[in-house]
Amino acid sequence: MSKWNLIVDVARCENCHNCVIAERDEHTGNDFPGYAAPAAPVGDTTIRIERRVQGAAPMVDTAYLPVMCMHCDDAPCRRAAPDAIVKRDDGIVLIDPVKAKGRREIVETCPYGAIVWNDEAEVPHTWIFDAHLLDQGWKEPRCVTVCPTAALAAVKLDDAAMAFKAAAEGLRTLSPELGTKPRVWYRGLDRWLTCFIGGSVSAKVCGVVDCIAGAEVTLLREGARLATTTTDVFGDFRFSRLAPDSGAYRVEITHALGTASANCSLGESVYLGELRLNRAPATATT
Amino acid sequence: MKSVRPTLNRQVLKFVLVALPKVMNRAASRAPAYAERLKQRDIVAWIGLMDGSIGRVVEIRGGRFRSRRGKAAEAEVTLSFKDVATALKFLLPGRDQGEIIHAAKNFKMVAAGPDETLVWFTQTLAMSETAGLPMGTRMPDGSTRFTTGTNGGPLFVYVKDGRILRVTPIEFDASDPATWTIEARGRKFSPPRKGLVAPHALAVKSLVYSDKRILYPMKRVDFDPDGERNPQNRGKSGYERISWDAAFDIVAREIKRQKRVRGPGSIVFPMSSHHQWGNVGYYLSALMRFANLIGFTRMAANPDSWEGWYWGAMHHYGNSMRVGVPSGYGGVEDALKEAEMMVFWSCDPESTNGAYAGFEGTPRRLWAKELGIEFVHIDPHMNPTAQLLGGRWIPVRPQTDAALAQAIMYVWVTEGLYDKDYVATRTTGFAEWKAHLLGESDGVPKTPEWQEAETGVPARDVRALARKWGGRKVYLAIGMTGTGFGGAGRGATGQQWARSMVMMMAMQGWGKPGVNIGGLQIGAPSDTHFYFPGYADGGISGELNFNANAANNYQRMPHVLTINPVKQQVPRQQLPDAIIDGHAEGYVWDGMSQEAQFAPFTYPMPGYSPIHMIYRYGGSALSTITKSGRWIEAYRHPSIDFVVNQSIWMEGEAQFADIILPACTSLKRWDIGEWSNAGGYGHHGFLTVNHRIIALQHKCIEPLGESRSDYDIFTGILHRMGLGSMFTEGGSELDWVRRVFDGSDLPDHVKWKDFCRKGYFVVPPERPELRQPVDMRWFAEGRKKDLPEPSPLPSQFPEEFLEGLQTPSGKLEFVPELLVRHAANNPDRPPVNRYIPSWEGRQSELAHRYPLQLIATHSRYSFHTYADGKNSAVNQVEDHRALIGGHRFQLLRLNPADAVARGICHRDLVKVFNDRGAVVLAADISQLVTTGVVKSYEASAEFQLVEIGGETVEIGGCLNLLTPDRSQTRGTSSMSPNSCLVEIEAWRHAATFVADRRIKEAAE
Repeated sequence: MSKWNLIVDVARCENCHNCVIAERDEHTGNDFPGYAAPAAPVGDTTIRIERRVQGAAPMVDTAYLPVMCMHCDDAPCRRAAPDAIVKRDDGIVLIDPVKAKGRREIVETCPYGAIVWNDEAEVPHTWIFDAHLLDQGWKEPRCVTVCPTAALAAVKLDDAAMAFKAAAEGLRTLSPELGTKPRVWYRGLDRWLTCFIGGSVSAKVCGVVDCIAGAEVTLLREGARLATTTTDVFGDFRFSRLAPDSGAYRVEITHALGTASANCSLGESVYLGELRLNRAPATATT
Repeated sequence: MKSVRPTLNRQVLKFVLVALPKVMNRAASRAPAYAERLKQRDIVAWIGLMDGSIGRVVEIRGGRFRSRRGKAAEAEVTLSFKDVATALKFLLPGRDQGEIIHAAKNFKMVAAGPDETLVWFTQTLAMSETAGLPMGTRMPDGSTRFTTGTNGGPLFVYVKDGRILRVTPIEFDASDPATWTIEARGRKFSPPRKGLVAPHALAVKSLVYSDKRILYPMKRVDFDPDGERNPQNRGKSGYERISWDAAFDIVAREIKRQKRVRGPGSIVFPMSSHHQWGNVGYYLSALMRFANLIGFTRMAANPDSWEGWYWGAMHHYGNSMRVGVPSGYGGVEDALKEAEMMVFWSCDPESTNGAYAGFEGTPRRLWAKELGIEFVHIDPHMNPTAQLLGGRWIPVRPQTDAALAQAIMYVWVTEGLYDKDYVATRTTGFAEWKAHLLGESDGVPKTPEWQEAETGVPARDVRALARKWGGRKVYLAIGMTGTGFGGAGRGATGQQWARSMVMMMAMQGWGKPGVNIGGLQIGAPSDTHFYFPGYADGGISGELNFNANAANNYQRMPHVLTINPVKQQVPRQQLPDAIIDGHAEGYVWDGMSQEAQFAPFTYPMPGYSPIHMIYRYGGSALSTITKSGRWIEAYRHPSIDFVVNQSIWMEGEAQFADIILPACTSLKRWDIGEWSNAGGYGHHGFLTVNHRIIALQHKCIEPLGESRSDYDIFTGILHRMGLGSMFTEGGSELDWVRRVFDGSDLPDHVKWKDFCRKGYFVVPPERPELRQPVDMRWFAEGRKKDLPEPSPLPSQFPEEFLEGLQTPSGKLEFVPELLVRHAANNPDRPPVNRYIPSWEGRQSELAHRYPLQLIATHSRYSFHTYADGKNSAVNQVEDHRALIGGHRFQLLRLNPADAVARGICHRDLVKVFNDRGAVVLAADISQLVTTGVVKSYEASAEFQLVEIGGETVEIGGCLNLLTPDRSQTRGTSSMSPNSCLVEIEAWRHAATFVADRRIKEAAE
């Protein structure tokens, strides 16, 4: 049995909001009996985009995360209101707009905050994977069609094939520890979840300060070498995919023009700023 | 021309007059809409020869056409022709529009009768050809799929039971032509077969049904055209609903009174761009035709998008017909194949979309990323383009870009990292420029260290960038299209910066493979020869000077010429001053030559009246004109007898009008347009999109309330002046749409009937062997110019036609000869492009009180005021406005350091202020903006003054209340909104505001 899944490519989401606006367009003033009640022109949207900004100028990384109904196979909302919420054979979770009328408590059951309250119709409302359109023969939900970067893709696969695809392509779900078994998968979720340590290496050369390319930079933690990289023409280096709040790190830099080092404690990402090479070892602390 | 014997022709004409009613009635039997039309009124008309020798009464009675013998004297309406030949040209099928227009404007055909009746009758005759046309595509769910065009791309519009269900991007079907492929570095790239439209395009349904729509004509309650007009209450007092007849009567009477009492020039039409898409309804089309028929003082626009390029960069290399920006021809393929790096400088195409192109350029930039082309972003804001593509961010302080550019060029000179052969053979004045860079002429070498304190960019980064750039194949991506424009050009130093961009390219071999100006935003390999006019190409205007009508459209779609006889002009940015102070001076924007801009003009002009009436179209001035608080005073000035505003929504300054005329959106009227085809100064602007898509803009639904199309509103006013038939040429909007269709190359490829049903046509891409050449390649290779653009004018080549650039030397001039000739005594425009710090920047005296630099760029989600406000879908985008206390506040983006120093937290309401005013916005704190800079969006649709605790602030987000109205440089009319110093503080009345709103909501 093939079922719908949505794949979100985190690196490709640029926060354009086309998916959000198309979703609002689909439901504003439109009644789709059995699927969703008409939504008011103003109100919460069922797709939202979260932003994460890390680092400091000039080394800043921004990631955007579209979040919507995950169409969980073990959906907390369905556990709470089994009479009003159905799981279709194709994997799509629908809140019955008639049976769920007036039941605001359903909104609170979603750990992803993906159920919004339709104030006008007084029903909980989600991104319904455009099931009403798919049932009419549309090939994909509207959010996928309007995405300019193909950051969203809808695939219909049986669960084994999807699991294989997820493993092969490194797709992950949000908060798997909740055991909800979401049908929305994220590619490149590291960008959302992990941190970096970066810096810019310089040295005094012929009386002026220059960026130093090709310096060897080592990342250490509790004395152990974790990774090594080299600086680019701006003297920049960056160690990515570090766990947030993972404590003390040390960066050591070597180059023919000298050495430098820095210690930092990693909460969120850290840009160490300019690290000037010295003939004698030196330490800066952030 | 057909040659038939005269006597036979007389018989043919007689037969036609007898047959005419039968043809019409047959049309009515097939088309219920037409039958309905015929039931609307009874009318007696006479059609025949002027000498009366042939003629018949043709009447509509009881919903049917009839004809009988009779005299012209017994008819309400007569259509008389000079002779048989002329009559047959009108009445036989296969009409030649050129012949028709010739006969009409030379009085070989005269239509007479009460104007309104006459227009109704001729439109009814014309309607017989369009009424039965199948419009749109029937869908399985019972809806009809129409098409439309917007500022952000064409759309399918699904309509059911007279209501818009949804809008979606146009997705191509198998019958649409194949898509182009570019091969680069062993890879093949083709764009998606659908429109990658902008967020504001997808928001169009929310705009159509917005609760801010104006649904009825309205009159300000304390405005009495025959008594007390109370101009001082404009923007304060409320409105009452009036009928269309009353509204038309008042407006027409005022126009006539102005002509009679004040004289020519007393009416001004402050026209705004981009209110809706479409060649018929656009302001350069229908509105210009209307205004020309009345006569008006022209609001002379400044080149607001181009500024630094027109007044500055152009003098180094020409391109005056493109307002000083490069064309970008061939740029997509060349960049993908050749470029090693792209430097984005004041360039954020993911926000500005190449103006109208939505995200059509985005896949191309992602291809570049896949190919390993490196990116650098120079901008005070790590903008969405930088966020998506990655690459090195060089945060530069606003208005200091020219200093950074000079330091890069200094490194190139001192380290020999420039194209010496190109400089020697293709440029002039380099020795003088080099001496300037090295400090030989002024004692100050323009080293990276020299610029550091000014720009905030570390000297070492400048050297690294200059070394990485110099001698490599680099595309310099600038501004909205990647080929010019840009926020850095809209400040006091805008000309210095734009000039620097061109000079840098001159040092790097501009035009050689992989060395060009562009950001993969323009230069798609489309067919440039397929003719379809852009929005600036004249439309139905009849205007031959103030748009590009004369180039093609006037011949291709013959229509009656219209002329505004008033020579008086008022500079756009100084319009309020002209009203308040009674005088203003400006410099013209005229692309015909590089020299045109040096001539000043003054207001008022002898022989004309000062302005006493404002006919305003839309409501964007308060948020798009600098120091816009001046507009409030101008609107309330006692010299202004009358203000009429024709607007779709109650927004901006609509609330300052005496009479408000409710216009409908383009989804409720007929139009036609091509995606991103600007035309005029933006010749071949469709090269920003991947496929040329020409869309019929169906009348998808009926107008809401009593709103009407602009065209019908103009017609209604002109009826009262006897000019309706002149304006309409006897046709409706749909008839004009058909004429636009017929005047284009479309009929060679698609039948009108099929076009009406499907709604769009995709122009097949150019064959690979005929793809457009690359911009400036001809120049780099020393050949004759080979680009498909009709500019510069033939007179503008210094030596031989198509040889060399437009400059006096025909070369890239490091020290422009024209500035030497014409601006020698102007210290603001030195021929050697010295760095002159901004007159409102960090070095200004004012910076002690207002230490932050405000930049307000185009919104990412709206198109100017188009989709902002109005409770639209865009207005609710979290990264556009924040909901606080029930009000959506514009965002102010700032750095944590600046926020902490002022005790401001994320999403706090902050007051942004200077001596010009105070605006409240919501803080958006992140590392995406460099310190000392606050960034927001201009073009707020909302204008809302509130008084709390004795303090008046604006909460709609009209940041142009704060920007200076000073020209960038003396001797130009150039705006500089991005030279704006402000201070910010946590708004101390925020809690009161939120509490007040809660109380109000509870009361409701």
